[in-house]
Amino acid sequence: MFKIFGKIKDIFSSYIIEPVSRFFKTTIHVFKEIFRFIYHTIKLVFVIIPVSIYKKIKVLKLEDVKRFFKDLPKNVFVNYPKAVYRTVKNLRFKSILDISYTHIVLFNKIKIKRTNRRREAFTGLAFILLWIVGYLVFSLYPVFNSLFLSFFKVRLAGADIQRDFLLFNNYRAAFLSDPYFVEILLNYALSMILNVPVTIVFALIIAMLINQNIRGKGIWRTIFFLPVIIASGPVISELMNQGATTLPSIEEYYFIDLVIDNVGTFLANPIQALFDQILFVLWFAGIQILIFLAGLQKIDQSIYEAAMIDGASPWEAFWKITLPSIKPLITISVIYTVVSMSVFSLNEVIIYIRGKMLGESTPAITTGYGYTATLSWIYFIVMALIILIFVGALNIRGRKAH
Amino acid sequence: MEKVKQLKAKFIGYVKKDKHRSRSKLKRLFFGMKFTDGLFYKIMIYLMLVGLGYIYLYPMMYMISNSFMTMSDIINVSVNWIPSQFTLENYRLVWDAIDYPKALLDGVILAGLPALSATISSALIGYGFAKYNFPFKRILMALMILTFIIPPQITMMPTFRMYANYDLLGSIMTFIYPAILGQGFNGAIYILIFYSFFRMIPNSLMESAQLDGAGPMKIFLKIAIPLAIPAIIIVFLFSFVWYYNETYLSGLFLRGSDMLTLPLRVEQFIINYTSIYPEGSRARELMQSAKLAGNILTILPLLILFFFTQRHFVEAIDKTGITGE
Repeated sequence: MFKIFGKIKDIFSSYIIEPVSRFFKTTIHVFKEIFRFIYHTIKLVFVIIPVSIYKKIKVLKLEDVKRFFKDLPKNVFVNYPKAVYRTVKNLRFKSILDISYTHIVLFNKIKIKRTNRRREAFTGLAFILLWIVGYLVFSLYPVFNSLFLSFFKVRLAGADIQRDFLLFNNYRAAFLSDPYFVEILLNYALSMILNVPVTIVFALIIAMLINQNIRGKGIWRTIFFLPVIIASGPVISELMNQGATTLPSIEEYYFIDLVIDNVGTFLANPIQALFDQILFVLWFAGIQILIFLAGLQKIDQSIYEAAMIDGASPWEAFWKITLPSIKPLITISVIYTVVSMSVFSLNEVIIYIRGKMLGESTPAITTGYGYTATLSWIYFIVMALIILIFVGALNIRGRKAH
Repeated sequence: MEKVKQLKAKFIGYVKKDKHRSRSKLKRLFFGMKFTDGLFYKIMIYLMLVGLGYIYLYPMMYMISNSFMTMSDIINVSVNWIPSQFTLENYRLVWDAIDYPKALLDGVILAGLPALSATISSALIGYGFAKYNFPFKRILMALMILTFIIPPQITMMPTFRMYANYDLLGSIMTFIYPAILGQGFNGAIYILIFYSFFRMIPNSLMESAQLDGAGPMKIFLKIAIPLAIPAIIIVFLFSFVWYYNETYLSGLFLRGSDMLTLPLRVEQFIINYTSIYPEGSRARELMQSAKLAGNILTILPLLILFFFTQRHFVEAIDKTGITGE
């Protein structure tokens, strides 16, 4: 009997208490890190950079600045709280917190009215509290931490971390002395600019075909959605290795050779790659097809009828009615396509970045966390630029049409 | 016979008398009144659909047919789709090598628990965003949508360090914590799905429940959740599939642990198997079909899941309200 209780206790402690306590520890640590981060940023902006500039001129006394910032954490974390505590103690409250139906009274001094609106705001915030905590811990903190680290050379010595400030040396290394990064980044950008329109156009064509008055709409939708379910990294890489992502008949046409011969090597490689992986590119269209289909079904049929009576051909109707009414959806799908292609696990750039992080690196360059952070930030900026280019191009065309 | 004769005469007369009219009838049959309702148009649509469908299914069919082939069939050029000798040897090889039942269970747990926690948390968060007003709501919404664009490479490294500090690497918790806090893989999409779904529920329902004395949590559990069951199914299915197929982050966080996702396990098997044979040797090239069998075993559970629930997947986008109501 006791054995069973002991076992239950073991399970309880190992599956519930430990993870929960670990989680709280993590959260506390993260807040500590955030404070440290703020402190270091202030230091970076107001001390290290100015000092490194002024060092040559030697106007500012380094010791004064150093002393000020040495005392700062002590002031903030020890002296100020002490002062606050002393004043609070001297006030001698009867009660710290008093909640009635109409008011909340803090320290007998601060009165907060409980209105319906405030109550609603409080409940709403309570519902999204999970998200706020998660955002701070898993999005905001890592993003700024990696931005911060990208200016440093980071060395791990056991649990300790040593940082050497490098200013923009990491960025310079990425562009000037890394033998592969710029090349694969350019390849990525070019292939993105070629692949995304292909995906979107095919998605639109397929969605329009399914939207016609045909039999077995459900079956067709299922067929074209199927790749979303099964497209995982290893599966697709295996198919690519065996050459199953290109149609066997495509290679027999001389059209591609003709194109490749005439555009120069710079563009030829991505075009060749596009045709080699044409099925893989099309497989990304699953979600977009559904987005377009939902949009096409929302268009009122009577608009088409009115256009027909006015003598518009189906071709004209497509350009004047269909396309303008699903334009916002095209923007959404372009963003979705770029993001999903950029974070897909077969993407050359992100494999390279992960390799750098785990230390599979070329010896010539400073590697490690700092350099990895730099690479991933450059990659993020390029990706954001590509999204901006696409969205901008779509909007310019829209303005001309009006 | 009389009738046939009559009809024949009629037809001949028809053709002779009014060539123009019969041609116009044929034309109407093929091209219709306004082109889009004619036979020609229909045939074209079906041809294009079948062609595109073939392109889409080609890798699948390739995988299935080649995974049943023996080594001699693979090198034989004349054997194209149907293997001359139907063999299950490839499957048996992979099945034994990765201990398929255990690997499958691991994969399902590794995908299922994070998916479940992501569903629960995004339901709560989506409800909070949809039904309550609070300061900075618009900014918070914008931040939430922006998290979709931030690539995992940026957040990966500090998160990795954080996990390493707390000894969480190699455990399933590395996926559950972000998921339960609404930051899982594609978390913004799930929250948006619930957001637009809860927006469609009329506020008067909530108000009447409030008048009857129900608190916010009770309203959420007793009224909002039962109405949102389609959204719950959609979110769970999508996050399950995406977690199941995820290999980039899980390759990093689960390195060296004995619990791996199924795609990773199969990949590992392939790497181990190829390392036995030297580069360029015949046996190495000939294990194609075993690799494909591994792939089939990886996607088989998803295909079965998809077979039973495809309606939810396909109708998901309609229900997200992405088209804007």
